[in-house]
Amino acid sequence: MANVSAAPKTVHIVVREGWCKGCGICVALCPKEVLSLNASGKVAVVNPDRCTGCGRCEIHCPDFAIGIEVKE
Amino acid sequence: MLSQVESHLRSDRFPHIWCPGCGNGIVLAALVRAIEELGYDPDKTVVVSGIGCSSRAAGYLDFNTLHTTHGRALAFATGIKLARPELEVFVLMGDGDATAIGGNHFIHAARRNIDLTAIIFNNSIYGMTGGQYSPLTPPGKRATTAPYGNIERSFDIAELAKGAGATYVARATTYHATMLEKLIVAGARNKGFSVIEAITACPVGYGRRNKMGNGLQMLLWQKEHAVTVKQAEKMSPEELRDKIVIGELYKGEAPEYTAMYQQVIERAQKTTGQ
Amino acid sequence: MMSDVVEMARLMQGNEAVVEGALAAGVRFYAGYPITPSTEIAELMAERLPALGGKFIQMEDEIASMAAVIGASLAGVKALTATSGPGFSLKQENIGFAAMAEIPCVIVNVQRWGPSTGIPTAPAQGDVMQARWGTHGDHPVIVLCPASVREAYLLAIRAVNLSEKYRVPVILLMDEVIGHMRERVVLPRAKEVEVIERKKPSVEPKDYYPYRPGDDGVPPMASFGEGYRYHVTGLVHDEKGNPTTDPQVAESLLLRLHRKIYDHLDDVVSVEGYQLEDAEVTVVAYGAAARSAKRAVKEARAAGIKAGLLRPVTIWPFPEKEVAELAGRVRHIIVAEMNLGQLKGEVERAVRGRVGVSGVNRVNGELITFEEILSAIREVALDAQSG
Repeated sequence: MANVSAAPKTVHIVVREGWCKGCGICVALCPKEVLSLNASGKVAVVNPDRCTGCGRCEIHCPDFAIGIEVKE
Repeated sequence: MLSQVESHLRSDRFPHIWCPGCGNGIVLAALVRAIEELGYDPDKTVVVSGIGCSSRAAGYLDFNTLHTTHGRALAFATGIKLARPELEVFVLMGDGDATAIGGNHFIHAARRNIDLTAIIFNNSIYGMTGGQYSPLTPPGKRATTAPYGNIERSFDIAELAKGAGATYVARATTYHATMLEKLIVAGARNKGFSVIEAITACPVGYGRRNKMGNGLQMLLWQKEHAVTVKQAEKMSPEELRDKIVIGELYKGEAPEYTAMYQQVIERAQKTTGQ
Repeated sequence: MMSDVVEMARLMQGNEAVVEGALAAGVRFYAGYPITPSTEIAELMAERLPALGGKFIQMEDEIASMAAVIGASLAGVKALTATSGPGFSLKQENIGFAAMAEIPCVIVNVQRWGPSTGIPTAPAQGDVMQARWGTHGDHPVIVLCPASVREAYLLAIRAVNLSEKYRVPVILLMDEVIGHMRERVVLPRAKEVEVIERKKPSVEPKDYYPYRPGDDGVPPMASFGEGYRYHVTGLVHDEKGNPTTDPQVAESLLLRLHRKIYDHLDDVVSVEGYQLEDAEVTVVAYGAAARSAKRAVKEARAAGIKAGLLRPVTIWPFPEKEVAELAGRVRHIIVAEMNLGQLKGEVERAVRGRVGVSGVNRVNGELITFEEILSAIREVALDAQSG
C-alpha cells in the first residue's frame, strides 16, 4: 500500500468524520501536510493533490476514520 | 485498504469506546490487516479476549468473538482450540489481564505450546479502571495506586513467554504498525503458541500522569525508543536500558498440543479396539 | 468392541457412574484439576474420552478448567468438569459467565467437609447454598442431587440434557459418600438413554440474533465455526450479543434468564416420595443423608409410626410446590442434612409456619445415621401422642 511508484495513479482519501476522535496523529504523521483538523476538531483533507498514498495516516489512525484508496 | 479492513468490522458498533489517541485501535487495525493477509475464512476465525480496554476489541470484529472474564481468555481459547483444532484462534489481552490475573494461564498456554496467537496490548497500566499499576508498569512510574512511584519491577513479556515455552515471540509498537501486522501474520503461521507484544499508548491513564503527553506524543516516544533486533545486537546493556527491542525475538520448535492430543486419540482407540 | 454406554449389571463407584452417564449423554470434552474426592472422574475421563474421539485436558487450575469447558461448549462440544469444595469456589467466576452468556455445561461438585481445606476425604453437604448462590449476581441455576450410584448415572445424563435444553450451567451436587460408594447397578441400554441436543438456529446467518429467545425463553445456539459469526460477552448484552448498559435490556435479560428455568419447573424439578400417602411425620433429605432417612422411615413404620420421606432430587430450583403441599397433611417435617440447616430454611419458607419444622444435622465429617433421624421421628410421634 505504501508502495510509491512512478506509474500514474489516483489517490482517493476516505474520511469517516463520525468515527474520528480528533487525536491529530494522522495530521502529524502525514509527510505532505495533506491533513488538518477542522473547526470541530475532526480530520479534514486540505491538500488532497499532495497525497502520495503512503498510507501512514491510515495505519496509525486509532479510530478507523481515514483510509487511502490507491488506483494504479 | 480501509475498505478491506472495514469488511471485517462490525461497523454499526463504531465509533469505538476508546479515548482519543489511545493506541488500541492501531493494534486492532494491524490485526485485521494481518487476518486479511493470512486469508483466513472469517467463519473459521475466532477472537477471544479478556477484560479491560483492549479486550473490547473483540466486539468490533466480524468473526466468532468471545469476550470472557478477567485474565481467563487463554483458558477459554484453549477449550475452543482443543475442541475444534480446525479453528484459527487469536487471543487479545491487556498487560494486566495477561500477566497479573491471567499470569498462570499465560505460562501454561505457553508450556503446552497450543496453537493460539496471543496479542498483548501493553499500555503499561490498567486503563479501564482508571490508571492503576500493572506488572508491566516500569519501576518509578506513577499510577493511581502508585502515587509515589511504582516500586515493583516489571515483567519482560517476551522473556516470560520464551521461558515458559512459547515457540514464537515478537514485539512491535503501534508506531511500527506495519511491522506489527507482519509479526501477527508470522505468529499466526507458527504452529504453536505465539506471543506478540504490542506496545501501545494510554494517554489518559498513563501518559498524562507520567508527563508523556498525548497519544501523538506517546506514539513519537515509541518511535524514538524502539530499536530493532539487529540494532540491539550491537548495543550494550547500558545503551538498551530505556529502549524497546522490536521484531522477531524468538522462534522455537516444539510439538503442538492439539496435534499431540490427536496422537493420544489414536493410541486410545488402538488400545480399546475402536 | 466397547460401546458408548455400559449395558450390563456391574459394580460401580458413584464417580464412575457420573462419567458413564456423561458419556452416554454425549459429553465429549472434559477439563479439570485434581481434587479429592472427585479425582476419579478426571482419571476415568482421561482414559475414556480419547477412545471415543473426545478430548480431556488437565488445566492449570479450577478457574481455567471452567473456562475451557465453556470454550469447548461454545465450539459445539458437550462439556463437563468435576471438582470438590475449594475447587468449586474457584469455578464460581466462570459459572456466572456460563449463566450470563447461556453456555450449556455441567459442573460436578463432590462435596467434602468445609470450609476451606476442611477434611478432604470426609462427606458433608455444606455447599447447598454455594451451589445456588456461589457466583455473584442474581443468576438462575439448576442443581441435581443423587442419592445412589445408579442415580448418579441417571442424573449425569439429566444434567447434560437440562443444560443443553435450557442453555444453563447445571450442577450435579454429589457428596463424598455417593462419589466413593460402590453399588451393583444395572444401567439402561444406550438406545434407551434419551439424549437432548441444544436447539440450533434455523435462519440464515444474517438473520441470526444469538440472544433472541424462542417461545420457551431459550435462544437457539450456533457453534463457533458454523458460519454464524456473533459476539459472546459476560457484559449485559442485547439480542445481537452486543454490550449495552440500557436498564431495560438489562432487566429483560435477567428476567428471561430466570423465566426460562422457572417457567419449566415441571420439567426441571423432581422429587422422590416414599411412604408419603398417610405420613404424619415427614423427613426431607437429599443425597447421602436421604439413604439414612429412608432406613429411619422404614424402622419407624415397623414400630407403627406413620413416617414418610420426601427426597428432593432437584434441590435448585427448590421444590417449593411439593414441600408446600406436605404442609397441608403432615404434622411435622424433619429436615436431615449434613450441614447446619441450609435446606431447612427453604423448607420453612415453603410451609410458611403451617407445620413444625425441625432439623437433624451432622457436621463432624461422618455420614448422618438412621438412628439419629429415627430418634427425631420418635420424639415427634411421642409429642403428638402426649399432645
